[in-house]
Amino acid sequence: MAEDREPPPLPGVPEPQDAEDLFVSAMEDAERSLSPEDISSSSNGPKAEPMLLDHDPDDLFAEATEEVSLDSPERQMILSDGPSPAITPVTINPRADVFDRSPDQDEDDEENRDTFDIQISVSDPEKVGDGMNAYMVYKVTTKTSLSIFIRDEVCVKRRFSDFLGLHSKLASKYIHMGYIVPPAPEKSIVGMTKVKVGKEDLSSVEFVEKRRSALERYLLRTVKQPALLKDPDVLQFLESSEVPSHVSYGDVILSNTYCFILKHARCYYHHLDEVFVCSCIKWFEEKQQQFENLDVQLRKLHASVESLVFHRKELSVNTASFAKSAAMLGNSEDHTALSRALSQLAEVEEKIDQLHQDQACADFYLISELLGDYVRLITAVKGVFDQRMKTWAKCQDAQVMLQRKREAEAKLQHANKPDKLQQAKDEIREWEGKVQQGERDFEQISKNIRREVGRFEKDRVKDFRVVIIKYLESLVHTQQQLIKYWEAFLPEAKAIA
Amino acid sequence: SFFPPKLFKRQTLCDMIPLVHSVSVDLNNDASLVIDIPDALCERDKVKFTVHTKTTLSSFQKPEYSVQRQHEDFIWLHDTIVETEEYAGLIIPPAPPKPDFEGPREKMHKLGEGESSMTKEEYAKMKQELEAEYLAVFKKTVQVHEVFLQRLSSHPMFRKDRNFQIFLEYDQDLTVRRKNAKEMFGGFFKNMVKSADEVLISGVKEVDEFFEQEKNFLLDYSSKIKDATAKAEKMTRSHKNVADDYNHISGALNNIAADNNTAFKKHLEKCAEVFEKLRKVEDRMASDQELKLTELLRYYTRDIQAAKDLLYRRARALADYENSNKALDKARLKGKDVAQAEENQKQCLQKFDKLSESGKKELTSFKARRVVAFRKNLIEMTELEIKHAKNSVSLLQGSIEVLKSN
Repeated sequence: MAEDREPPPLPGVPEPQDAEDLFVSAMEDAERSLSPEDISSSSNGPKAEPMLLDHDPDDLFAEATEEVSLDSPERQMILSDGPSPAITPVTINPRADVFDRSPDQDEDDEENRDTFDIQISVSDPEKVGDGMNAYMVYKVTTKTSLSIFIRDEVCVKRRFSDFLGLHSKLASKYIHMGYIVPPAPEKSIVGMTKVKVGKEDLSSVEFVEKRRSALERYLLRTVKQPALLKDPDVLQFLESSEVPSHVSYGDVILSNTYCFILKHARCYYHHLDEVFVCSCIKWFEEKQQQFENLDVQLRKLHASVESLVFHRKELSVNTASFAKSAAMLGNSEDHTALSRALSQLAEVEEKIDQLHQDQACADFYLISELLGDYVRLITAVKGVFDQRMKTWAKCQDAQVMLQRKREAEAKLQHANKPDKLQQAKDEIREWEGKVQQGERDFEQISKNIRREVGRFEKDRVKDFRVVIIKYLESLVHTQQQLIKYWEAFLPEAKAIA
Repeated sequence: SFFPPKLFKRQTLCDMIPLVHSVSVDLNNDASLVIDIPDALCERDKVKFTVHTKTTLSSFQKPEYSVQRQHEDFIWLHDTIVETEEYAGLIIPPAPPKPDFEGPREKMHKLGEGESSMTKEEYAKMKQELEAEYLAVFKKTVQVHEVFLQRLSSHPMFRKDRNFQIFLEYDQDLTVRRKNAKEMFGGFFKNMVKSADEVLISGVKEVDEFFEQEKNFLLDYSSKIKDATAKAEKMTRSHKNVADDYNHISGALNNIAADNNTAFKKHLEKCAEVFEKLRKVEDRMASDQELKLTELLRYYTRDIQAAKDLLYRRARALADYENSNKALDKARLKGKDVAQAEENQKQCLQKFDKLSESGKKELTSFKARRVVAFRKNLIEMTELEIKHAKNSVSLLQGSIEVLKSN
């Protein structure tokens, strides 16, 4: 339990010995502050039960609207349980703002997306410029009846780095709040260089098509996110005829004040269940584990599908090669009817080769690329969980800081240095504010994540169902063509006499 | 060991994939001598074929025999026939190739190595694939050994061959006999450099229109059919790889399903099932294509070589005859050993004429046999491909219905 574990010392924090002293005195404080009178459970509002979540993703979605609070009874039970934890808890006070219905509530309602009406297509790749400075420009067409858009239909030209810029802006704004921001398509130096250099060969054409398709999927996925759809950067990207600036806004969240936020916050909070973190630890733990598993499994599935694409392409090449060979054999054959049949066989095989090529494309674009997108999305989801942990770390560290400031102030009480005392009091206020903010952020991000995860799971199920049917239909088409070709060949074979 | 000694009954093999030895048609039609391989014992990669004979011929001591033969016994039989002077004017049925378990062995190795890193389901699936591949190799080798014997039994001259009879009758292990035979013959024909064939054949001045045409045809055709065989093999290999991928996809989907819940889980499991079934159909398509097309091409590549060997022997006889002519002229000039030279020349001519006459018949029936076999196999392959594709379509459409309704 908590008493067995000493958290590693925070970097930027005084030497281990001092840290221990710090914690020891903190423990004493904690005990003092844990008097029953301070724990006002009655003010915790509607939440009386700790969240017991069942694991149906659809139901989970419904629960996303429930409040989760740092002051939930769950946490209080742990507090009063046996020896105090090593980290100072915040003095428990009921705070009205915790129970504010946030503006995000509107977004929950917006989940009834029956009126989700927006179509985006990325098309007409065009090369601009020459040599190594060349780049591809894509036409982005948005058709929509949503009112947030100025026009029903708008076309803009965007290049790949514009998409990256958009993603980077969205990431900086939303990830720390717990939103799953769809990852941008991957860069590819090799692929792009070939295009720049002007190689008009098959692999460059394929590369551009692969990228175009990925960009389209990226935009569609981004606008499916209600929060992102309303984002001004997204709207500007889709509508503005000006090319958006390429400046990446970078990491504005982790500001200098929190510079002692651990880069290794994650391992710090490894033993999640031993820390008296509330917000339904169990749910987050289980979800995190689920996503770890899903990550592994999806990668395996993706690898199998990539192998399928590869082998089918190989099959296509080998079929074409056999077709040529059969044609030559037919030419060499001196029995007339057999010779003709062999030539016909060669023609059938050529057609089948084309079929295999088309099917390989379907394998790739329908399934393989989608799986690749999801593997990256899962990484984004895991990132969002990590953000939550970072936010918690921030929160904890602020509390530590606050405690230190309080101690400093306490010491100054007896030192008779009025200026310094005032400064200390100011700092205490400052840090109290930060602690509050930290707690708010943590709750917000937890709430967002729960909703996001629900939405994500719903979407992925829907995506998968749609795609698998499309894919099976593509297989049906291929087989039907095969039947056609072979049935045409049969009389030729029978005609050998 | 992975594969304990297994007895494969012909019936089993027939049920799994149609085992049709149709590379050479019209065999086993003559009831006076009927041969088949009803089963085979597979021990690691050594195969023991059960050769079953039913005969009404008086030259045989009993009406029915069942003996155990190994691949090396077939080779011995083939070699003794090749080295029999009497058969020089005949196309000698090509020897069956050695059973090639390299593919399954490689897979088995991979399976053993990766065992620790695989889930139980993945392991079971790979083992399943491995067994299927093993069986396919096995099936092909039985087929090709059987055809060899049937070619011999259906030929008026070979069926009377003394060694052939021993092969069918002798109820002991032939190993000892084989060793002795090797010492006797020394395998001189086989030791000849085969590459000399082409040069000799194409260098000979051909007087006979028929043989001129045959020579040109065979030389060209043999390289083309060799190439077509290799390309068909690659194509079939890729096809099998695609089937394997369906297998892995099915496994991966099942893994994801295991972690999911209720409705979506069922959906994923159904998808996994579809891919599993697709794998089976794709596998059958690939196997049937291999049996009907690739095996056909393989067989005739060997048969074409046997025809070329006949041409070679005839070309050699022609060369001998021309040399004997020169020797006779020389003898007449010198006035020495003329009678001997005349006798030699006469014999060479006789031999050459015999080979030409017999060769013409053989090559003509060879063409007929080839055309019939190609026709039969191409028809059967096409019909099977259509059948499998139709199965695929109904399987897929049924699954789409189920998935849509969920």
